[in-house]
Amino acid sequence: MENKLYLYPGLIRVWHLLNALLIIILIISGLSMQYSDPLNPLIRFDLAVNMHNIAGLILIFNYLLFIIANTISKNGKHYRIQLKGLTDRLTAQFRYYTYGIFKNEPAPFPVTKKMKFNPIQQLTYFLTMYVLMPLIFLTGVPMLFSGVVVRQLIGPKAFFVTDMLHIVVGFLLSLFLIIHVYFCTFGAKPYSNFKSIVTGYHEGNH
Amino acid sequence: MYKAIKRIGGFLLVILIPGIVALHAEEKGALSRTDNQRANDHCLNCHAHNYFIYDNTVANKQVKHKMEQGMKIDTTLFYLSNHKNFKCTDCHSEDFSIWPHAAEVRMEPKMTCIDCHGGDEQYAKFQFEKIEAEFNLSTHATKHADVFTCWTCHEPHTYKISARSDSVINKIIAYDNNICLSCHNNINKFELISDNEKPNIISKHDWLPNQARHFQNVRCIECHAHVKDSLLVAHNIQPKEKAVKLCQECHSKNSILMNSLYQYQLKSKATGLGFDNEVILNSTYVIGANRNIYLNWISIAIFLMVLTGISIHTILRIFLRKKDHGK
Repeated sequence: MENKLYLYPGLIRVWHLLNALLIIILIISGLSMQYSDPLNPLIRFDLAVNMHNIAGLILIFNYLLFIIANTISKNGKHYRIQLKGLTDRLTAQFRYYTYGIFKNEPAPFPVTKKMKFNPIQQLTYFLTMYVLMPLIFLTGVPMLFSGVVVRQLIGPKAFFVTDMLHIVVGFLLSLFLIIHVYFCTFGAKPYSNFKSIVTGYHEGNH
Repeated sequence: MYKAIKRIGGFLLVILIPGIVALHAEEKGALSRTDNQRANDHCLNCHAHNYFIYDNTVANKQVKHKMEQGMKIDTTLFYLSNHKNFKCTDCHSEDFSIWPHAAEVRMEPKMTCIDCHGGDEQYAKFQFEKIEAEFNLSTHATKHADVFTCWTCHEPHTYKISARSDSVINKIIAYDNNICLSCHNNINKFELISDNEKPNIISKHDWLPNQARHFQNVRCIECHAHVKDSLLVAHNIQPKEKAVKLCQECHSKNSILMNSLYQYQLKSKATGLGFDNEVILNSTYVIGANRNIYLNWISIAIFLMVLTGISIHTILRIFLRKKDHGK
């Protein structure tokens, strides 16, 4: 147990699991609506709409918990990017991912209780949680109300513009999910990080 | 002084000339009533009002009598309608000129669209024969053949063509849906035709997501009529069991809306932005029907690049690490 760190308390694990499930449901139902076809429906359109709406609302609730928790607890500090020396830190981490990792070099920013995320993780998690997530909600919520609000504010093309932006941000979040899952294989063993988010204990120092 | 007089004169000319022109135009407009309109005054003296006055020769007194609403003509709507140039007696018997109208005249069968428009080259583009054939297949015709005619939906004194003449799609939708609602949301008219209890339109469509938005953006016939590509407006209204209930029929690349509501919309020049069914975007946006080809390709390309990157990285991790361990 000496090389194990208790990084993910129960609440974070439940929150993360719920977040992952909701985002997967939203991606599948969103794709099903966008590429709906009477002959080959992935999910029946009306079901996909309901799934997307309900999962979206729960995700907003889950996101609000994240914001509140990060405001009142110390967890928020992991998302605070120190701009000083950021380029050097990002370069070092990038070099590790593209070169050092193949040479079994030690990670330049090993996981500690004080620093859960390496600089690249910190930047991408920050962009995802504080830029993309608010954008997906800002474009999704008006559509939940049939675009009425946006239509009145901007005009008849508003629903179309809102949905296009929603689709683009949704696609970027899907990419994040894929890359995030792949990067999770960079643990002590390829499955170590997946085990960590279930048990709460982080193995190794990647 | 001379300059001042000149200025005042100029000012008066500017003010007066348009006024004189406008007055003249108004006078000309008043005088430009057609012979038919003047002939119609004879009927509209009574039929344009809520009441009419006649001499009761038996009681020897003048009687003011209520005009039945169904017999009253809204002259404003009539003179804006498709039949605005008609004389009343073009469609109704000349004998109606005599009052009191004889009983046998009032029992005369009414003319139908085909009586005037059938087999006429001038009206061929309106496809009246095809419309009649489709209507005869409809649930309106098969269930209520004895009472349901063209006029049940297209009131001849007010009907105005919308799908061909209106470029604003929302106006077409509102106009056409009002035709359906004039019976299906009006118990008095509904009971004239059907013995069934009038259904509640809202609760019957509870299953429809975003109901209000659908009602505003599509016509009832989009789902309730059998679409025929060669016909502008579908007239084969289906029984409710056969109504379109599959969302993907509209919300897909091959949206049926393109063969119905948007069929005769001017196909505006493609913007080059790569949207499917682009004409829909002029008035609304339909998820699943308005995909963007460029966004599709860009997203597929980025997705494949990410997968390729991950695959190469995985392979390098496996082989280079093994090699490194071997050293």
